[in-house]
Amino acid sequence: MSDPLRIVVVGNGMVGQKLLEELAERRPSGLDITVLCEEPRPAYDRVQLSSFFSGKTAEDLSLVPPGFFERDGLVLRLNAKAVAIDRSLKQVTTSTGETLPYDKLVLATGSYPFVPPVPGRERPDCFVYRTIEDLEAMTEAGGRSKVGVVVGGGLLGLEAAKALKDMGLETHVVEFAPRLMAVQVDDGGGRVLRQKIEALGVTVHTQKNTVEIVDGEARRHAMRFADDSVLETDMIVFSAGIRPRDELARASELGVGPRGGIVIDNHCRTLDDDIYAIGECALWDGKIYGLVAPGYEMARVCAAHIAAAVPQEDADEPPQFTGADMSTKLKLMGVDVASLGDAHAATPGARVCVYTDERKQVYKKLVVSEDGKYVLGGVLIGDAEAYGTLLQMMLNRMELPPEPEFLILPSGDGAARPALGVDALPDAAQICSCNNVSKATICAAVRDGAHSIGKLKTATKAGTSCGGCVPLTTQLMKAEMKRCGLSVNNHLCEHFPYSRQELYHLIRVGRIETFDELITRHGRGRGCDICKPAAASIFASCWNEFVLKKDKAALQDSNDYFLANIQKDGTYSIVPRIAGGEITPEKLIVLGEVAKKHRLYTKITGGQRIDLFGAQVHQLPLIWKELVDAGFESGHAYGKALRTVKSCVGSTWCRYGMLDSVSMALAIENRYKGLRAPHKIKSAVSGCTRECAEAQSKDFGVIATEKGWNLYVCGNGGMKPRHAELLAGDLDDETLIRYIDRFLMFYIRTADRLQRTSVWRDNLEGGLDYLKDVVVHDKLGIGAELEAEMAQVVGSYACEWKKAIESPEVLRRFRSFVNSDAPDSNVVFVDERNQIRPATPEEKARFKGVPVIAESA
Amino acid sequence: MDGSNMDGPSTDTGWTDVCAVDDIWPNTGVCALVEGCQVAVFRLVDDGQEQLFAIDNGDPFSDANVLSRGLVGNLGERLVVASPIYKQHFDLATGECVEDPGVSLRTWRVRVADGRVLIAA
Ligand code: SRM
Ligand SMILES: Cc1cc2nc3c(=O)[nH]c(=O)nc-3n(C[C@H](O)[C@H](O)[C@H](O)COP(=O)(O)OP(=O)(O)OC[C@H]3O[C@@H](n4cnc5c(N)ncnc54)[C@H](O)[C@@H]3O)c2cc1C
Ligand code: SF4
Ligand code: FES
Repeated sequence: MSDPLRIVVVGNGMVGQKLLEELAERRPSGLDITVLCEEPRPAYDRVQLSSFFSGKTAEDLSLVPPGFFERDGLVLRLNAKAVAIDRSLKQVTTSTGETLPYDKLVLATGSYPFVPPVPGRERPDCFVYRTIEDLEAMTEAGGRSKVGVVVGGGLLGLEAAKALKDMGLETHVVEFAPRLMAVQVDDGGGRVLRQKIEALGVTVHTQKNTVEIVDGEARRHAMRFADDSVLETDMIVFSAGIRPRDELARASELGVGPRGGIVIDNHCRTLDDDIYAIGECALWDGKIYGLVAPGYEMARVCAAHIAAAVPQEDADEPPQFTGADMSTKLKLMGVDVASLGDAHAATPGARVCVYTDERKQVYKKLVVSEDGKYVLGGVLIGDAEAYGTLLQMMLNRMELPPEPEFLILPSGDGAARPALGVDALPDAAQICSCNNVSKATICAAVRDGAHSIGKLKTATKAGTSCGGCVPLTTQLMKAEMKRCGLSVNNHLCEHFPYSRQELYHLIRVGRIETFDELITRHGRGRGCDICKPAAASIFASCWNEFVLKKDKAALQDSNDYFLANIQKDGTYSIVPRIAGGEITPEKLIVLGEVAKKHRLYTKITGGQRIDLFGAQVHQLPLIWKELVDAGFESGHAYGKALRTVKSCVGSTWCRYGMLDSVSMALAIENRYKGLRAPHKIKSAVSGCTRECAEAQSKDFGVIATEKGWNLYVCGNGGMKPRHAELLAGDLDDETLIRYIDRFLMFYIRTADRLQRTSVWRDNLEGGLDYLKDVVVHDKLGIGAELEAEMAQVVGSYACEWKKAIESPEVLRRFRSFVNSDAPDSNVVFVDERNQIRPATPEEKARFKGVPVIAESA
Repeated sequence: MDGSNMDGPSTDTGWTDVCAVDDIWPNTGVCALVEGCQVAVFRLVDDGQEQLFAIDNGDPFSDANVLSRGLVGNLGERLVVASPIYKQHFDLATGECVEDPGVSLRTWRVRVADGRVLIAA
């Protein structure tokens, strides 16, 4: 075998990482890759960088799958910068003085933020917006500041402004050009955009040229402009464009453009055949692409070209880079902004059609070819729904309908616009530009069984980067599924042609109280393990009857049917309610005694209560009788219902406590206990912002402040953690409860089956603002209704276990066998750390038939 | 009741009387011990029409004796029970697992006489 091909990659940014993935996927044998990464961490998602401010961590943003760098032939050097290239010796020198020989060298050095040469720009608390370290420093300064200025009103500048605004600063944007986002949008669009941004409380200054930054009087800095006006601020973020990092190339005479950028050919090669440049540092056909999708395309082209240098069987002609489309669609501070192709109508003969609605603040511009047949470009502000259609029409040169202006005009009669049927797209149409996925690839994956957007993402990678193509991909998926004769709907299951939300309305409006009536009137067949528990949950949310009433019992999952959580060996666990995590010594002793008597395994749960494990069906009522007698109630750990309301010790004991968090947690838990919902609901109350109760990870969380309670909603721990968002602040007790009533009932009414509040919120059109409108501002006028519905549930609470042990008919069902009092001989325990645990299959085989073995395992 | 289950005299040898029909709530199951085996017995009621089914109580996917505690219903034409542990469905008439047809449970004969439920291998 020949010696391995030594490859050095300089830069582990988004594009550099894509190159490594592409190489790994092709797996040409005999590559020996060293990656120099100047930053202290491997590649992360710069596109999503701003989400760092909404709680995403560096790990969340990582683009590196676990174990990626552990493979053979791949070495990553963090904090390692390349400082020189010796082209004749074919080696790279690093900042640590090492030299690395290469056969092929790839420069993926990205760009640096341009800071205009204004005197005073080196002052403290002046920042750029490019790396995680930049954002960390901004966060720190934000905490000490009241006013923030962003220099530059482009895409990134507006993102930075949003970040400052979210930190609670008085925010200004200073732009040199006469309008915002000058590159992407025209004057008309810029005007609408400005109105929208200002409506959000950001002050915009256009045509301002900063001449110096000096000490301020009231604030840290004073910025002086060419027109002699002055703006005082505590911190400044420069976002005045980017410049390619071509310093290595310059020093080794690799050929750079007049305004920077490493010149490359269609294979991404520089003028040295063994050196490539890709991503934002590369200059192709006189153009630098400041977007990630063209960079990814370069990475693919480059990887293919390198792989072709290694002898292999299927040596296809490697693909070439032939330019990329720069169309973009984004949501900037909640405003839809899209720019396509020739947005400024620079093409000779181009015809322009503009639609503006000053009241709704919508601006749309369509640029078509001279003969009116093709889309050349466009600008959409405030409503970018037409983006997907227009982009595909442009990229695929699809012939336009006779009156193309209808593509951007709102339809007065409510009729659908001539949207682009996905059927009309050619097979080769590129649907996901980030990952170069075509319509044909997506349709093929659907035919192979990818029938959800999640599966489709795994199968094709479409939609996994910027996410912009997800709506179109979903449309394609549905169309293809229809073509295959598959049904596409949000129906609960084969028995009900409705979503959970629709079923909820049918039940409430029709006052339906039994499953028989429901399925006779609105469904078909006999029901199943999906629709029965869903219906039972809705009945409970609406009418709150005893879940074990004869006609309801048959609808309940095993957990609800036996009012306990089933375990892997068929035994059950018992979780009594310990509201707010507060418990008396007497009650603790009872739990200990009951557990000891029935030989149950005991554990403190993650929800501040105590779980008793290993009870068989016939033991449950005996155990619960003792617990109910001692004053315990069901903890509903088995139900899609309110679980725990955790609390911290609060102002009663804690020296920092602002309010009595324990009392509030008790009040909340006792109010909503037993409340059935589409999924489980958890809550917590903290006595101050130190947040010892972790309220911001809960479906609804409450934190005490100097001025009252802050209410956070839609947080989640679990599989996909999500920080809760502030719904309302500084509330008194009564308003707090009112908002929680409304919030919970609104969720119960509208969520899908098994949808936690976090997922529900992520799918809620209008997002947090809409939720505030409904709950706080009562825009829908349903506040009183929601409160009344909650009052009915709260007023009809009864402990399910108390009712169960008082009903002989129900108790008869708690038997392991209908014709014998014997226990299940398949349930076998062994001792471990002085408690029981289920025996393993091997242990069972050894001890067959003996119920409890008192032997250390 | 299901007509086929009604044939034959109740004194037939091999039949075990396990409980009264009313001991099984409509559209639920119970577990009975029959000749040392755990049998899940289900009572399905639809439009006043009753049917009884009996299959093994053991769930082959979790090795726990739990199928009598599963939810019953239909998937297309088949009447099924869903395991409460990992939710596979088993055909009540044939014992076959819907998701994994290679796995099949033993079925038992079941009939009603004088309001009592009788099971036989
Ligand atoms: C017992 C306990 C673990 C422990 O020993 O600490 C536990 C045990 C189970 N959890 Fe949990 N979870 C327990 C606290 C948590 C927590 C922590 C918390 O509540 O503060 C979380 C993360 C917080 C959250 O929910 O956002 C948690 C996230 C989950 C999830 C993931 C939910 C999600 O939205 O991603 C599941 C799965 C599900 O519900 O679909 C789950 C499901 C389960 C189930 C029900 C799984 C099952 O079906 O068998 C477990 C059986 C419970 C039982 O009693 O038999 N458990 N589980 C904890 C009981 C708390 C209590 O007192 O009621
Ligand atoms: C806040 C923000 C939002 C953005 N939003 C979007 C968007 O919505 N859509 C979009 O398409 N694009 C967006 N972009 C642009 C996108 O992030 C870039 O196009 C992309 O990151 C370019 O990838 P790259 O690998 O070429 O450069 P980078 O990701 O910058 O990576 C270059 C890496 O090389 C390292 N490096 C440089 N020189 C050396 C050296 N000598 N030795 C070792 N390492 C070196 C750098 O430290 C860096 O880690 C955004 C950018 C930012 C900052
Ligand atoms: S959250 Fe505040 S009041 Fe509660 S324990 Fe922590 S520091 Fe004390
Ligand atoms: S276009 Fe960005 S993920 Fe598909």
